[in-house]
Amino acid sequence: MGNPFVLAAGEVGGDFFKERDVGDLCQAQTQHVFCFDWARENIDRFEAPTVQHLEIVIPALVIGFVVAFALALLAHRTRWLQPPLLAATGILYTIPSIAFFFLLLPLTGLGRDTAIIVLSAYTLQIIYRNTILGLNNVPAAVKDAARGMGLTPRQILWKVELPLAIPEIIAGLRVAVVSTIAIATLAVLISAGGLGTEMYGSNLTFPTSIIIAGAIVMLMALAFDAILLLVQRLTTPWRRAARA
Amino acid sequence: MSEQTASSVRYEEATKRYPGASSPAVDELTLEVPAGEICVLVGPSGCGKTTAMRMVNRTVEISAGDVLVGDRSVRDREPAQLRREIGYVIQQIGLFPHRTISENIGAVPQLLGWKKERIRRRSGELLELIGLDPELGDRYPSQLSGGQQQRVGVARALAADPLVMLMDEPFGAIDPINRERLQNEFLRLQAEIRKTVLFVTHDIDEAIKMGDRIAVMREGGRVEQYATPAELLMAPANEFVEDFVGADRALKRLALMRVADIDLWEAPLAFVGQATGEVRAKLDSPAVEVPFPLLVDGERRPLGWLSERDLAADVVPGRPDSPLGPVLELDDVMRDALADLLQHETQYAPVIDRGGRIAGVLSVEIISEFLGSPEAKSDEHPAVERPHG
Repeated sequence: MGNPFVLAAGEVGGDFFKERDVGDLCQAQTQHVFCFDWARENIDRFEAPTVQHLEIVIPALVIGFVVAFALALLAHRTRWLQPPLLAATGILYTIPSIAFFFLLLPLTGLGRDTAIIVLSAYTLQIIYRNTILGLNNVPAAVKDAARGMGLTPRQILWKVELPLAIPEIIAGLRVAVVSTIAIATLAVLISAGGLGTEMYGSNLTFPTSIIIAGAIVMLMALAFDAILLLVQRLTTPWRRAARA
Repeated sequence: MSEQTASSVRYEEATKRYPGASSPAVDELTLEVPAGEICVLVGPSGCGKTTAMRMVNRTVEISAGDVLVGDRSVRDREPAQLRREIGYVIQQIGLFPHRTISENIGAVPQLLGWKKERIRRRSGELLELIGLDPELGDRYPSQLSGGQQQRVGVARALAADPLVMLMDEPFGAIDPINRERLQNEFLRLQAEIRKTVLFVTHDIDEAIKMGDRIAVMREGGRVEQYATPAELLMAPANEFVEDFVGADRALKRLALMRVADIDLWEAPLAFVGQATGEVRAKLDSPAVEVPFPLLVDGERRPLGWLSERDLAADVVPGRPDSPLGPVLELDDVMRDALADLLQHETQYAPVIDRGGRIAGVLSVEIISEFLGSPEAKSDEHPAVERPHG
């Protein structure tokens, strides 16, 4: 058993094919798409996976944002870095997620850390690209005026360019948030928990659990999206003024 | 206000060479702009005028030679510090879209570490100075018209009371009507604040209107002539300047003159109730060049022209037969006065002084004689004062 993949797959199986305890609540109506009685009885069981889900998603987003943002600032100052960094983050983005999880297993093992690494890697492309886009979209005249007025390069970046890039940066974050929350359901494959534990089971004739977990995932995505929209509104009052 | 409000600017063989370019963009430019004057750098595109201007605040680094602001070389200054003492206005305005108008105006004072209260006061002061409603201070740039935005651009450049102003085609993107208004406003403002201004344009008419001095440049930042607008029009140094100034330079001179600068005809005056015989006698005098008498009231304010029919009566009637037509003022710019005459299809018009009293008559003939006379091309004419409104 020197092959780590075989080992990993064996360990994964236990979690993946966990039996769903349906009990007798809906035995009579197994064809039902959604069993309310079961849902009422079992709603508590979703609490821990939801917390786990957040524990994967939030660190992944924070790390992804910090790394992508730092790369974008670096590439903004050192122009020639832009294409290679775009390519590098793009390649990361094209790795199929399941393959990515398993490829990392020999290095980082089962569990949350691996999930966080994979998910944050996926956010890099979109956040990096949008941050660069936002910085590049700042009108040259505004930068020229800022420079001519005596702002230092650092002041131009933090007081002029980045504030003006906020809409694009947040647009990138919104896409990243939704995809991260969705892909995090696969974390169950490497025993990292999350809402995926309530989705992937052997009992495919009983979809109630999948529907509830899916709904929580969607609500979570919507909530994050709403928070980001709010942040954008608060940080870019000039954009509303322009439309009014 | 600081004790010093304007500094001279001196180019000493200033050269800018871009890497890879076969010839310098600006080649050993030597030019002195006295403190408090508007110096226009004018020339075809690519002549290096913007590059030359940008050397002053080091947004273009000098390759060789020097530029002195006051008596200090800009090369000895820390660029950001230097720029905060130099107002900067560009064609595309470049207001910060994410800052309010007041914040935009207060940008340089903020960099200089002024107290909030002082910045607020200064912003209000400047909004007033440029004739904008102080309420606009809380708006964002996108909520203002192009003309208003450029006024804010000028106010922002003036905020920290700079020693020198750099203006790169500041009114180039504004529609012609508003451009004219902004030019006039700026000249009025300049009469008060007396900054040293380096003004870049490719438009010779704008140069003539705005400049105390004009440097006509060609490729490599070579100054072909550096002179007052009147000198430039009267005595172009060479063919290049002559071509650039244009064949209509006699007409352009009219833009530099006011009606008061030319010898007007005397109007044969008629008063209400005066005997027409007296008026006829006046018309017959050889000194009178206007064929019709001008009816004026007791304060010598013009009322209208009298016709043959009016003069057929015994006394001058209170209501003249012919309407007054255009009335010019002594302060009018000659070019505008001529435009007025042509527009009304009339040969002559009364000219009044500030009190509304008749000062004389201006005719198309006077103007065409002036344009044809050697005086229009000679150095002797004293009319070099520029229109300020």
